[in-house]
Amino acid sequence: MTIDWSWLGDHTDDLASLTLSHLQAALSAVFLGLLISLPLAVVAHRVRALRGVLLGLSNVLFTIPSIAIFVLLLPVSGLTRTTTVIGLTVYSLVVLLRNTVEGLDSVPVKTKEAAKAMGTRPLRTLLTVELPLALPVIMAGVRIATVMSISLVSVATYIGDGGLGQLFTDGFQRNFPTPVIVGVVLTLLLALVADALLVAVQYVLTPWTRRRA
Amino acid sequence: MYELFENLAKWLVSGDQWAGTDGIAHRIAEHLEYSLFATLIAAAIALPLGLLIGHTGRGAFLAINLSSFGRALPTVGLVVLVFLISGLSLWSVYVALVVLAVPAIVTNTYAGMSAVDPEVKDAARGQGMRGHQVLFQVEIPLALPLIMTGLRLSLIQVVSTATIAAYVSFGGLGRYVFDGLAQRDLVQVLGGAVLVAVVAVVLDLALAGLQRYLFRHLRTAAAH
Repeated sequence: MTIDWSWLGDHTDDLASLTLSHLQAALSAVFLGLLISLPLAVVAHRVRALRGVLLGLSNVLFTIPSIAIFVLLLPVSGLTRTTTVIGLTVYSLVVLLRNTVEGLDSVPVKTKEAAKAMGTRPLRTLLTVELPLALPVIMAGVRIATVMSISLVSVATYIGDGGLGQLFTDGFQRNFPTPVIVGVVLTLLLALVADALLVAVQYVLTPWTRRRA
Repeated sequence: MYELFENLAKWLVSGDQWAGTDGIAHRIAEHLEYSLFATLIAAAIALPLGLLIGHTGRGAFLAINLSSFGRALPTVGLVVLVFLISGLSLWSVYVALVVLAVPAIVTNTYAGMSAVDPEVKDAARGQGMRGHQVLFQVEIPLALPLIMTGLRLSLIQVVSTATIAAYVSFGGLGRYVFDGLAQRDLVQVLGGAVLVAVVAVVLDLALAGLQRYLFRHLRTAAAH
């Protein structure tokens, strides 16, 4: 099993566009997941009665295989990019919701009481005290969701999308390992770079955590 | 939409659909065979590794990074790659599923072990327990919830991913998904997807039950 380097040279444009479309699907899913999970997490954190329901429901969603989610969406959104993004959003939602709730839980009660005593209103407390303090745990969730989404995009190749996953179908159909190897390596690299960038983002966003280290 | 669900329901309950070697019952059996066997191999590799890392504290770096590597690895690519190397054999399916399952078990086992209070371990040693006694009678029972979480996570992922066995021309419930996609038969595709989801949820519930049973059993054993 050797890599056909001339194939690689001939397909740099294709590889670039597949990588871009791969990244776009994964990042839109994480972004949408964040958009949906933040308000849900705040609700789950504040309203104890809804907490179990929301977290339980998202855990059940996680049990459904990714290929099944894509397929189950077919009657709704067809063989399109939308199906890919919705499917991946469902997955990142689970991780993001759990981590955001845990992050909000980790904020010391005394800190919240201090904010209240200073006359800060609940919404402002949430935005300027709770969320920033919960950020390290939330970011851990964002990192997991991003890496997972980047790897899962390939599954959408069965429904005709799938970014770098297309290389797997291509290699399989032609019995030609090079695109498969290249696809695996590029996916791993993409996940690695995205994860490293998120660590950098977290470093910039949470200056107060640096002093301890 | 309504008609689709009606057809899906008909597909799922029809007697013909369940019988024979192409039948649902046989496909579920194949799917379970792939998933359970792969998870067992993965557990046989990952549990000792996770316990060793957790018990000795060596290789923690490996245990932590393995999980993010496992999440990043595209399983579809792995299956196809092993398939192209090994040819038409179930190896490609098992290798990919095991590689998929190992990281979560190692990481969770390690996490469970490292969460055990060092004072409890010291106390156990102070009472004259030897290394393996501390491991089996103190650390493992205390780490059990997280170890089981790792096994459950892995099993769910393996059951979902075993679908791709059909992609490289083997059986299992993925057969319906891929045959349906090829024939543009949405009812069959959905039927397969629903069955995989049901199998995953049922197995997860079964493991949750086993976890509760083990936990109660261990606690009563400890009380004696």
